[in-house]
Amino acid sequence: MLKSQIWNRKHLLGMADLSREEIISILDTAASFREVNRRDIKKVPTLRGKTVINLFYENSTRTRTSFELAGKRMSADVINMSVASSSVKKGETLIDTLANLEAMNPDVVVVRHSESGAQEFLAKNLDAAIINAGDGSHEHPTQALLDLLTIDNHLALMGWESFEGLTVAICGDVLHSRVARSNAIGLSTMGANVRFVGPPTLMPAQVEEAFGVRVFHRMEEGIKDADVVMMLRLQQERMLGAFLPSVREYYEFWGLNHDRLALAAPKAIVMHPGPMNRGVEITSKVADDLSHSVILEQVANGLAIRMAVLYRLCGVEG
Amino acid sequence: MKEASFTLIKGGRVIDPANGMDETADLLIEGSIIRAVGRPDMPAECEVINADGLIVAPGLVDMHVHLREPGYEYKETIAGGTRAAAAGGVTSIAAMPNTNPVTDDPSVVGYVLDKAKMGGVVNVFPIGAVTKGLNGKELTEIGLLIKAGCVAFSDDGKAISNSSVMRRALDYAKAFNALIIQHAEDPDLSKGCMNEGVTATRMGLPGIPAESESILVDRDIRLVELTGGRYHVAHLSTAGALNSVERAIKRNLPVSCEVAPHHFALTEEAVRGYNTDAKMAPPLRNENDRNAILEGLAKGVVEAIATDHAPHDEDSKRVEFCCAANGVVGLETMLCVSLELVRDGVMSLSDCLGVMTYKPSRLLGINRGTLSIGSPADIVLFDEKEQWTVDANELHGSTRNTAFHDRLVHGRVKRTIVAGRTVYEDGQ
Repeated sequence: MLKSQIWNRKHLLGMADLSREEIISILDTAASFREVNRRDIKKVPTLRGKTVINLFYENSTRTRTSFELAGKRMSADVINMSVASSSVKKGETLIDTLANLEAMNPDVVVVRHSESGAQEFLAKNLDAAIINAGDGSHEHPTQALLDLLTIDNHLALMGWESFEGLTVAICGDVLHSRVARSNAIGLSTMGANVRFVGPPTLMPAQVEEAFGVRVFHRMEEGIKDADVVMMLRLQQERMLGAFLPSVREYYEFWGLNHDRLALAAPKAIVMHPGPMNRGVEITSKVADDLSHSVILEQVANGLAIRMAVLYRLCGVEG
Repeated sequence: MKEASFTLIKGGRVIDPANGMDETADLLIEGSIIRAVGRPDMPAECEVINADGLIVAPGLVDMHVHLREPGYEYKETIAGGTRAAAAGGVTSIAAMPNTNPVTDDPSVVGYVLDKAKMGGVVNVFPIGAVTKGLNGKELTEIGLLIKAGCVAFSDDGKAISNSSVMRRALDYAKAFNALIIQHAEDPDLSKGCMNEGVTATRMGLPGIPAESESILVDRDIRLVELTGGRYHVAHLSTAGALNSVERAIKRNLPVSCEVAPHHFALTEEAVRGYNTDAKMAPPLRNENDRNAILEGLAKGVVEAIATDHAPHDEDSKRVEFCCAANGVVGLETMLCVSLELVRDGVMSLSDCLGVMTYKPSRLLGINRGTLSIGSPADIVLFDEKEQWTVDANELHGSTRNTAFHDRLVHGRVKRTIVAGRTVYEDGQ
């Protein structure tokens, strides 16, 4: 295992907190954990005796499973708590719920919540180490880290030595996306050029200034010569509130198909944080085209990243 | 019957903006009335208050306060709210009607006034609702509410968004020369948690554009043109709305506005870290808006500084940012934060006190905010230079939701007098 003194954080709340060195260090650690996941016996004793609680206030299959498996493969005791929003409305506040969990002395609490800043609020008011598994439209740092790891694996194939100079187009509903924000921050920290591509109604106010990105409203211009095309999930409820007129119009102008992908760099990779709406933001042909699509690699890397993050936050000596 | 007692406030710098007075003088109170200012002869039996080195000014008038009683006594009571006012040198407060029940009926006005008389330590002037139940549909009995003691009308907390209802309100209010105070936020455009802009985008919080305020102010000014009703913008927060108000005033329309200390002393940056004590409606805006408000104060466009004092219990604030209640307390920091305007050269001390005394009194039509002879003896004594650090835990009201916690401020209230009686003394 790689011993690094760089990473000495108590919480992982967002990519905005991380330096380039810290990101590199966590990617290195994750790379070494990938090997564990390829073994016949996929379990190491690293976190034996440690307790990880997954506290999910939003539905999630992928991220929750990924954290659960990450903990279990390192021999931690993992408890899953899905808090349906209905029971939240019964009265217990977020801070009370977490205070109760904290009384059971877990080592790490992984939290997903629909409100931006919920994890930062918990981290300020409680003692437990918190991993942000997605907060509202704010951050989703482990997603950004797994995306960085995936891109990193393909840098040489795409003809790059590092992230410096790489162009990444993040396309779709940026306004509501924590994945877009965390990736924009992480990629910028690593030296990549980031573009946001999507309809004006799905772009946050003053986003260029906020994240140092370039904004494109037309897909063809936005993905031109891009090395990485990262598609975002379109929530169907965006038709309410007059963000968009229809799915078919969205697909027609912002969906990723092979014609549009041909405008990107020849060896461009296509990413998606999942779950995909096939035929909405991406065609099945592109999603399943393994000469470009790295979507399943993202999932595999997600497990390695979460192992690395749990390993670092549990404070185990290397 | 016992003869009225005399009190002499001796040797202070007496500033009375209403009369353009600023000089070292003595001030003689007889009972509850100001009897003389200058070098009055001291009556034989007279209590003397030494005001050496202090400023003696009319007690402040805050035309925008939420007292929470009746209905939300777990947040604040009339007794607690007026205690906070006294500690801030505020001797008269106008109480917003969004209580439970709403102040939309003379019986509620009577209840508030009774409570204020029994347990309150400063003057309380109720503001009546414009519409029944704050529902934005039917007008309240504006005439009867005035008879019961209301000094203005507002659905504060909610905007009067229906243009026809606003038109009728402005029109009908003319019969009583009543002031309509608007919480100018378009309900559809203001469905966010903080000001729209770079900070909201970075924090992933839904933003409220400045236009949510200016659109409503612009519409209302058109309706003022149509009706001639008296219109006042509560807690104005944006450059756009200020510009509209300024133009309306130049055209001699009966339009005025107030600003809150948090809007001229802070910006959206205070929200960083998901600080729920910096969450209010309208939200903290950007530096451009803040500068426009400062300019509005300097140019005399702003008629009043009002705090929008909004106490909230800790449970309403110790939650996820967007779930937190809107509002901050302000009575106890009104003077010291407003004095920053003087230190920063935005306005003179006399002008600064003017927008916290006689100007809001004039808007509300109340006989307060001046040291004129024969006026009620509502007086504040303060040390303009004394430094102190605001501590949320040391506030005198029932709650601690201040946006100014840990701020180093200058200017400390030493004594607050209401109707000749000392209701607050520093260190007591």
